[in-house]
Amino acid sequence: MSASAVVFYVLSAMILVSALLAVTSGKIFRSAIWLLFSLTGIAGLYFWLQMEFVAAVQIVVYVGGIVVLIIFSIFLTQQSGKDLPAPKRTRTMFSILAAIAGFILTAALLRSYAFPPPEQSAPTATIDNIGAQLLSTKEHGYVLPFEVISILLLAAMIGCIVIAMKTKPETK
Amino acid sequence: MPNAAYLLLIPLLPLAGFALLGLFGRRYFRKTSGVLGTSLVLVSTALSLWVAYWYFFIGGFAGGAYRTIPVLQLPWLRFSSELSVNMNIALDPLTVMMIVIVSFVSLMVHTFSLGYMKGEERYSTYFAFLGLFTFSMLGLVMASNLFEIYIFWELVGCSSYLLIGYYYDRPSAVAAAKKAFIVTRFADLGFLVGILILSFTARTLDIDPLISHIIHQAMFAPQAMASFLGISAVSWGLFLVFIGGAGKSALFPLHIWLPDAMEGPTPVSALIHAATMVVAGVYLVAKLYILYALIDPLIQNIILWAGAISALLPAIIACTQSDIKRVLAYSTLSQIGYMMFALGTFHTGNGGTMGYSASLFHLFTHAFFKALLFLCAGVIIHQVHSNELKDMGGLRKLLPLAHACFLIACLAIAGIPPFAGFFSKEAILLAAWNSNKFVYGIGLFTSGLTAFYMFRLYFSIFWNRPATGHRHKQPFVESLPLVILALGSAFAGFVPFTRFITADGFPAASEGIGLSAIAPVSIALLGIGIAARLYYKQSPRPQRAAAAFKGFYQFAYHKFYIDEVYTFITKKIIFNSIGRPAAWIDRNIVDGLMNLLATITARIAAGIKGIQSGKVQDYTLYFFAGIVGLAVLFIYIYT
Amino acid sequence: MNQVPLTHILIVSTALFFIGMYGLFTRRNMITMLMSIELILNSVNINFIAFNRYLYPQRLEGVFFTLFVIAIAAAEAAVAIAIIINLYRNFHSIDVEAADEMKF
Repeated sequence: MSASAVVFYVLSAMILVSALLAVTSGKIFRSAIWLLFSLTGIAGLYFWLQMEFVAAVQIVVYVGGIVVLIIFSIFLTQQSGKDLPAPKRTRTMFSILAAIAGFILTAALLRSYAFPPPEQSAPTATIDNIGAQLLSTKEHGYVLPFEVISILLLAAMIGCIVIAMKTKPETK
Repeated sequence: MPNAAYLLLIPLLPLAGFALLGLFGRRYFRKTSGVLGTSLVLVSTALSLWVAYWYFFIGGFAGGAYRTIPVLQLPWLRFSSELSVNMNIALDPLTVMMIVIVSFVSLMVHTFSLGYMKGEERYSTYFAFLGLFTFSMLGLVMASNLFEIYIFWELVGCSSYLLIGYYYDRPSAVAAAKKAFIVTRFADLGFLVGILILSFTARTLDIDPLISHIIHQAMFAPQAMASFLGISAVSWGLFLVFIGGAGKSALFPLHIWLPDAMEGPTPVSALIHAATMVVAGVYLVAKLYILYALIDPLIQNIILWAGAISALLPAIIACTQSDIKRVLAYSTLSQIGYMMFALGTFHTGNGGTMGYSASLFHLFTHAFFKALLFLCAGVIIHQVHSNELKDMGGLRKLLPLAHACFLIACLAIAGIPPFAGFFSKEAILLAAWNSNKFVYGIGLFTSGLTAFYMFRLYFSIFWNRPATGHRHKQPFVESLPLVILALGSAFAGFVPFTRFITADGFPAASEGIGLSAIAPVSIALLGIGIAARLYYKQSPRPQRAAAAFKGFYQFAYHKFYIDEVYTFITKKIIFNSIGRPAAWIDRNIVDGLMNLLATITARIAAGIKGIQSGKVQDYTLYFFAGIVGLAVLFIYIYT
Repeated sequence: MNQVPLTHILIVSTALFFIGMYGLFTRRNMITMLMSIELILNSVNINFIAFNRYLYPQRLEGVFFTLFVIAIAAAEAAVAIAIIINLYRNFHSIDVEAADEMKF
């Protein structure tokens, strides 16, 4: 067992354990923090896979943006200190059953599929390549999805403002 | 030769009257419906008289006998090549006589009703119903297919129901109409089964082929006929057909509807329950007379004794009743009994079918004097505004015409010469003497009773005590029919009946009136004398006579409790053992099944409505379960 | 990375996916449901990156997919928070079972 394999297994353990704690924790703020750890672990996994740019984006957007947003919303809805109500017994049972069934199904599928062995060439996922290809209009260029994403983000911003706006009371 | 068109007009004119007056009478013919109905029946009567004149004197006589002339053949429902319900019309002596009687009496009743029913609210409806009845009865007597007779039979029953229940706001009238309809309908069940049996045996429904086929089979191949309980199928068929006729003719014990049917207007009683509808049973037996006479002596005896009992018992009851129309109703029952047992007096040998001619002769004369009696009763009832004998008395000065007519009719019915009833009753008693002496004795005794109760009626109404009240003006339209019918009652006996109407068509010489006439006439005079002694003046003699008979008098006064027996059977036995369980099954099992289905549906729906809980996470669970199911299905099972 | 076969990474991402799904079914709080959804999205990202790295190292499709998924997840999380705040204002609770009016 080489060192990178050990690193991988430790990282995976951290990811999975944090995720499990995130979904089962009683207090909501702790759940958010466990989520943060899980996402950081995933970023570490990307680093281990030599995809540095994606790891960086993961930390900046996910950890630094979304988790912070979640924590803000927890404060906004004044739920940070209270205990969450536990779900019903039957619901937990069925959900565990469903999750385990799905997991076994997918794992069986994965086992039965023979993936080709990994190639050993150097990855081309450097920042220059990503940037160039992101804005290229030639084949395998991603400029159109890039522009669409920017419109999507604009729409999401406007949508959030409109939805969460407090309507003024009618002047009598 | 009257062609089919003229013959068809005879029943169709009253039917047209029914349609016109029924649909438009209330609006357009308010005052004139009576005249319209009467004129249509007048044309019908004229046509019938012309047909009768032609048949009996010009065209019907061929080869020494009066033949059956088929006039119209209209196949209607064809069941097989031989068996079909045809609308046929054929002329034979019986039919022609009946056409004349029905249309003539209907004309008299129509004319009388012009005055009697004047001022009624539903004047046009009354004449419409009368037209319907006339059509039905004429159709019945003109039919020559057994099923066609059945169709018109039911129509006659329906019109009778409508007319009896004419005063529908009176509960007693409604009950009487229902009773008449139900009793005759019950008898018609036997009639229908009889028709089926006879048509099955003879393979045809037309009457003449049916008769010849059955006679042929009975004579040459009797062992080939089916039998049940030792009696052949044909006998059963004839017996059941006779039961149908017994219901319509109110023979004992199916007579219970006729006295109650007096709830209808009095002219209706004159038409239906005296002269025409109640003789439908006699007509039916006469139509099939050859079969009844030749096939089975057992059936013949049944007819004989049923007729005899029906002649005797109502006569006893009539001596005790105090409602004038009831007395006349029981008198009708008794006279029909005479007609029926005359038809049962067949015997092989010379003059064996005299009973046929005698019965029809009595039918002919009875139509006259019974209709006359009822119409006079109508006049009397209008005068005193009551049906009860105790309200009447001394009316001879107030109603001279009715008095004369009533007297003529009573003399006719009592059988005093030279009035009509004498000749016909003589013929019947003669036929009975040649057949069965015991029945002759019953007939003789009953004629004495007839004279007694009719003259009891006569003396109680027109003598007995001084009259009260003043004289009503009698319109001409009421007097005219009385006079015509009185003339008929007086002189109809002189018609040489057996020259025209006999069982086989060959004219026969009528039996001379000889020494055999002494017994009935003397018994009748004895009856008249007793009635005069008791009722001529007011006296306590009637009560003493009633007290002398005591228990029997009470028994007869309550009509031998037959109605109570029927009520007991229907209420206690039929309703409780058949009606109640059927109602229970309907309510609990049939309805319960439906309710059960509904309850199950509601329970299932209440049970599964929880799936739509409104909770998002439940929905995601169902969603995911579906996906897993589909994945398993497509990946593992469908590969 | 030679020693770790692709299937192991895929199993990790699968387990993460189903953990997220379990959280989605079970948690009664709307914000924790959102967190579970983020876990699911991340598991998909891991899948893309792993396939890209192991099977097509010369290509960049997996990377782009992941980048776009992250962008969309951010937008979606923002809109979801806005909705949660709106619901909180109406029902005064972020319990997902409080908003169950569309039922029988």
